Amino acid sequence: MPDVVLAVARFGFLVLLWIFVFAVAGVVRRDLFIGARSSGLVAAPRGLGPAAAGPKVKRGKAAHLLSVKEDGRPERTITLADTPITIGRAEDCTVVITDDFASAHHAQLVPRDGQWFLQDQGSTNGTYLNNAKVSGLTPVPLRVPIRIGRTSLELRS
Amino acid sequence: MPRTPTRRNTELLLLLGAIGIVLIFSAAAEAGSAGEVTADFWVLPVMLGLVLLAAHVVVRFVAPYADPVILPAVALLNGLGVVFLRRLDLGELNLKDRAGLSVFSGLGFKQLIWTLVAIGLFSALLIVVRDHKSISRYAYSLGLAGVVLVAIPAVLPSSLSEVNGAKLWVRLGPVSFQPGEFAKVALLCFFAYYLVRKREVLSLASKRIAGIDFPRGRDLGPVLAVWLFSMLVLVFEQDLGTALMYFGMFVVMLYIATERVSWILIGLGTFAGGAVLAHSMVSRLQLRVSIWWDPFSDARGKGYQLVQSLLGFGTGGLFGTGPGAGQPTIIPEAENDFITAGFGEEIGLFGLTALLCLYMVVVMRGLRTAVGVRDSFGKLLAGGLSFTLGLQVFVIVGGVTKLIPLTGQTTPFLSAGGSSLMANWLLIALLIRISDAARRPVLATPKEPLKLQDAHTEVIRT
Repeated sequence: MPDVVLAVARFGFLVLLWIFVFAVAGVVRRDLFIGARSSGLVAAPRGLGPAAAGPKVKRGKAAHLLSVKEDGRPERTITLADTPITIGRAEDCTVVITDDFASAHHAQLVPRDGQWFLQDQGSTNGTYLNNAKVSGLTPVPLRVPIRIGRTSLELRS
Repeated sequence: MPRTPTRRNTELLLLLGAIGIVLIFSAAAEAGSAGEVTADFWVLPVMLGLVLLAAHVVVRFVAPYADPVILPAVALLNGLGVVFLRRLDLGELNLKDRAGLSVFSGLGFKQLIWTLVAIGLFSALLIVVRDHKSISRYAYSLGLAGVVLVAIPAVLPSSLSEVNGAKLWVRLGPVSFQPGEFAKVALLCFFAYYLVRKREVLSLASKRIAGIDFPRGRDLGPVLAVWLFSMLVLVFEQDLGTALMYFGMFVVMLYIATERVSWILIGLGTFAGGAVLAHSMVSRLQLRVSIWWDPFSDARGKGYQLVQSLLGFGTGGLFGTGPGAGQPTIIPEAENDFITAGFGEEIGLFGLTALLCLYMVVVMRGLRTAVGVRDSFGKLLAGGLSFTLGLQVFVIVGGVTKLIPLTGQTTPFLSAGGSSLMANWLLIALLIRISDAARRPVLATPKEPLKLQDAHTEVIRT
C-alpha cells in the first residue's frame, strides 16, 4: 500500500470524523430555535380569527417574561413563546406551582396580537389581577401582579 | 401553525454518515495493519449499519419526536469500537497472516453480536415502554433489583466473581457478565422516583450557615444510606470506580431535585472522607493511588499498563499514527479499560477529541431533554442518566490519561463486553423515550377539543 494512500486515509478519516461532529453541532444549533419562530395560534378559541388577521403588534412592547414568586421559594422567570400558558398544580400545566390554595388547572394565559389575556379555569379560590377577581378573558398589562393562592405572577418585557 | 418537525430525516442522514465513517475506518484500519484492504472489509460495518437502520425505523415509529442526534452519535461510537476491536484482533497476528483473518472470528465479531443483542434490547424497551412515567410504577422493584444486582458479586465466592482483583462479575462457565452495569440503570430509575417524592422536604427545610442552605440532620438519612452502600461496594468489591459512580449519581440527582449547592458540598465532603478511610483499609486502592502518583517508578512492573497507555498517547501525538498503523496491542487490556489509549495512539489527539465531543453531545442532549420534559420524574431521570454517562466517561478516560487514579470502568460503547453495551443501550433507549416526550408538541394532542356551545359568554375589557 503506497504511503500516499495511507496518509490520505489517516487524515481523511480525521477530517470526516470532525465533519460529523460539526454536522451534529449544526443540527443541535438549528434545534435551539425550533418553537421560537413557529408563531401564531392554531385557532382562536372564541372565533376571533387567527392572530395574523390583526395588525402586527411591535415585539418590543409585548411581554416576553413571566416571573413566578411562590411562597417561601426563590422567584423564577419563564420566557414566553406565542403559545398559551396554563398554570396550576397538575404536572401537565406549563407552569406548575406548588401552592395548597391553587387548583390543579387554575388559570390560563393566552396571547392574542401580542397582548396576553388571563382567564380563570374554574378554580376553587379564584384568580386575582391587581386584587380584582378575574372573570372571563382579561388583558394583563405589564408588571401588574396576578395572584393565585399565595403565588404571585407578573408579566415583564 | 406549522407542524413541529420530527427531525427523523435528519437522524437518518446523520446515521448514514456515521455508517460511512465506520466503513472508511474499517478500510483504513485494514490498509494500515495488514497492508491491503481485504475483499470483506465492509462486512462488519454493513451488518452493523443494517441493525442501526432497523433501530432508526423503530424510533421513527414509536418515538417520532425523539432527539435526532443521540442515536447517530452513539452509533458512530459503537461502530468505531467494533472495528477497532477487529483491528486489535489483526494486531495479535503475524503480519503475513493478517489479511487472511476471517471477519467472523475474534473480539470484533463477538462485539458485533453483542451490539446486535443490545440494539434488540434498545428497540424492545422503546416498544414496550411507551410513556416513561410508567416506569415510576416499578420504581421500588427496580431499586430492589439494583441493590440485589450490585450485591450478587460481593457475596459470591471469588472464584465465580473475581476478574483482575475486582469482584464485579458473575461467571457461570463460559458466560460472564457484570451485573453492576444493569444495576446502574435500575438504581437511576429508583433514585428519580424517590427524589420526586421527597424533594419538597429536602429542599425546603434547611438551616442557613455561611450563606449556603444546609439540610436538617434528619434529612441526611438517605444520603448517608447511599454513602454507606457505596462504601460497602468499595470494600467488598474492591472497586473505587463503581462506588464513585453510584454515589455521584445520587448526589447529582439530589442537586437537580433540590437546586441546593449544599448537597454537592456534602456529597463531595462525605465521598472524600470515605475515600480517605477506604484508602487506609483497601490495599488495592493504595496500589492504584501509588501507580497514579508515579507510574514510572515501576514502569516494567506495577505501572506497566499505565506507562504503556501514556506512551501510546505520546506516540499518537496530534494526528495519530493512522488507523491500523500503531501498536495498541502492547497495552494490556487494550480491548477493555484502555481502549481510549489505543484510539489515542492511532487517531491522535484530534481524533480522540472528536470522540469525546460525541460523548459530550449525547450528554448535552440528555440534559437538554431534562430541561425540556415537563414532569419531574422525567426531568430527574433524564438528568441522572446523562450525567451518569458523562461521569463514567470521565472516570475511565481520566484514569487512562493519568488525570485521576485508574478505576476499572468500561468505556461506554467502545469497550469489549456485552453487559456494558446492553446496559448503555438501554440507558440510551430511556433517554430517547424521554426526549420524545419532551419534544412532542403540546398542541398536537389536545385532551378534548373545545366546543363552541360549551363556551360561556365573556366580556373583553380593553
